[in-house]
Amino acid sequence: MSDIIIETRNLSKLYGLRRDEAVEMLSKGADKDGVLRKTGVTTALYDINLNIPRGEIFVIIGLSGSGKSTLVRCFNRLNRPSSGSILFDGVDLMKMSKHELLEFRRHKAAMVFQSFGLMSHRNVLGNVAYGLEVCGVSREERETRAMEAISLVGLEGWEKATIESLSGGMRQRVGLARALANDPEVLLMDEPFSALDPLVRNDMQFELMDLQKKLNKTIIFITHDINEAFKLGDTVAIMRDGRLEQVDTPAAMSQHPANDYVRTFIDGADKTRVLSVCDIMLKPACLVRLTDSITHAIREMQTNGVSSVYVRGQSMRLKGILTIDEAVRAHREDLSIADVLQADISTVPEDTLVSDVLPLAAGARVPIAVVDESGALKGIVTKAAVLSSML
Amino acid sequence: MDWLFNFPFEVNLDTDAIDQAVRGFAASYSSFFDGIKSALTNFVGAINWVFSYIPWFALIGIVFFLSWKAHRRIRSGIFYSLLLCVIGAFGLWGLMNLTLSIVLAGVIIALVIGLPIGVLISGSEHANRIVRPILDMMQTMPVFVYLIPAVIFFGMGSASAVIATVIYSMVPVIRLTSLGIRQVNAEVVEAACSFGSTRAQLLFKVQVPQALPTIMTGINQTLMMAMSMVVTCSMIGARGLGNEVLIAVNRIEISRGFVAGSAVVILAIILDRLTQGWFSKKEESGGEEN
Repeated sequence: MSDIIIETRNLSKLYGLRRDEAVEMLSKGADKDGVLRKTGVTTALYDINLNIPRGEIFVIIGLSGSGKSTLVRCFNRLNRPSSGSILFDGVDLMKMSKHELLEFRRHKAAMVFQSFGLMSHRNVLGNVAYGLEVCGVSREERETRAMEAISLVGLEGWEKATIESLSGGMRQRVGLARALANDPEVLLMDEPFSALDPLVRNDMQFELMDLQKKLNKTIIFITHDINEAFKLGDTVAIMRDGRLEQVDTPAAMSQHPANDYVRTFIDGADKTRVLSVCDIMLKPACLVRLTDSITHAIREMQTNGVSSVYVRGQSMRLKGILTIDEAVRAHREDLSIADVLQADISTVPEDTLVSDVLPLAAGARVPIAVVDESGALKGIVTKAAVLSSML
Repeated sequence: MDWLFNFPFEVNLDTDAIDQAVRGFAASYSSFFDGIKSALTNFVGAINWVFSYIPWFALIGIVFFLSWKAHRRIRSGIFYSLLLCVIGAFGLWGLMNLTLSIVLAGVIIALVIGLPIGVLISGSEHANRIVRPILDMMQTMPVFVYLIPAVIFFGMGSASAVIATVIYSMVPVIRLTSLGIRQVNAEVVEAACSFGSTRAQLLFKVQVPQALPTIMTGINQTLMMAMSMVVTCSMIGARGLGNEVLIAVNRIEISRGFVAGSAVVILAIILDRLTQGWFSKKEESGGEEN
């Protein structure tokens, strides 16, 4: 099994009669509107090449009409692409027979919908068990498995409830449970949280990440909310007018947007939730060893124009911080660095999000030290770096 | 100036020839039409046989129980069974059973034909384009126009009455079945497909159950249309309450007409409330468990 679960090659979807002409125009770089005016062909997707890694949350983001929902529906062939190929574990979806396609939908990919797509004539259990029912799983087994899925999304005790009696958030949990009940390899989620209010959305995002960790499914997640995309996505793909603009990790994307469109798009994002401290930390300019002399420490601070210096022990292990005031006192009283060292300082691990060090940075008089698991100093984060990363 | 207001030409339809042709057709395929006729007559007879073996109190009891359950008020149970008693008190019990047999036979056949057609035209634009004008014609064509060929092909009697009832009452169930299925939320259908439903699974597990309230309204309307054919059908030899009305009209017996007419109305009301109450009860219970 390779690391890539879904691979698309030159995937296009066009609506209209004069598609050949449209393809020719598009290949010469014409835009969607121009093609529509000239040939009457609507370009939903053009030349999409994607590699979706196994076990990731892969987010596809774009404005309405950018083709993101069309794209995700190609992954289970609810939409039939006009050209190109989609390889799922190396098998081409486009070449599947009717029967193979049914089997694929039943066992490999399950979908969660924006307005839930639940059947009002069935209760929660009946909805969750639907996918198993169409596979021909016996009543007893499908109800057991449906109950497992229901408890996964935290709806125990609601299995006999009708859909009308549930709130939006709970309905989407049912939608999620229905998709999980079939134990698919890939979850396709088409703006699943867009219809929910912000607080519920937050909860659901958190729970989705939790579930993903627990079940280790590949999730393809569609959204139009850049914050949601950056929060959930291991990889984010930005779409515009049926084409891919950039595919990258949230941190890389916010630091190196491919073009102006991506830049304006992610301007709306709260980058402190994307960047971790190692993205903004500096290498400490001056550092002294525990065994160095006080005079050496004072001279280091003087040359670098700083009023405090980090002190390290063996193999970069951080011991504490020495301020200029203490150093001068030690010099006068003839003490060593170890005697005047301030040992209880705040440190953060490398993968801490910038948003999490905000309160710490705001109150800090000295830069925050970034350390790895072994306690070795990796860098420092200054107040200026934290505050400027918010812009 | 006459030429402005008089239509300039006329085609002389040889109506005699057409009539001859139809009669000839009926005569040459008489064994076929006789077969259908006897099948329909037997069907009506069988239903009537069932009704004739239901004691009067049992029928009243059934109506009481069903309307009580349907409306969840003992009051409606009492009300509708009293209405049924009125028909009995008028001395029309046997005629009512005859009428019910023809109406039910017509409705059952209309549903057996109409439901699949409704499903078919909901899923196919082609079929829809062909069937729609036929439905329009069935609804607007004056009933008497097809009573005549019905009599030619099937003779006077309950068979012709059933066929006229079927043609007249089948339209609502077709239209509303198709409408109901088309109105099922597109995302629900998409969801069902995304889980690998076959065409049949999609239809019977999702589309039909979701469209059920609308389909039920169609069935109810079909039943009502069939009831409205009762008097008309008596003109081609259907016995029952309609025949009473017809006799009363011919003899200008006001009270007799009124009594039989009231019985038709009462029967219609009971059938309507029973079916309607049942469907709306189903819908209500959907949101009940809050």
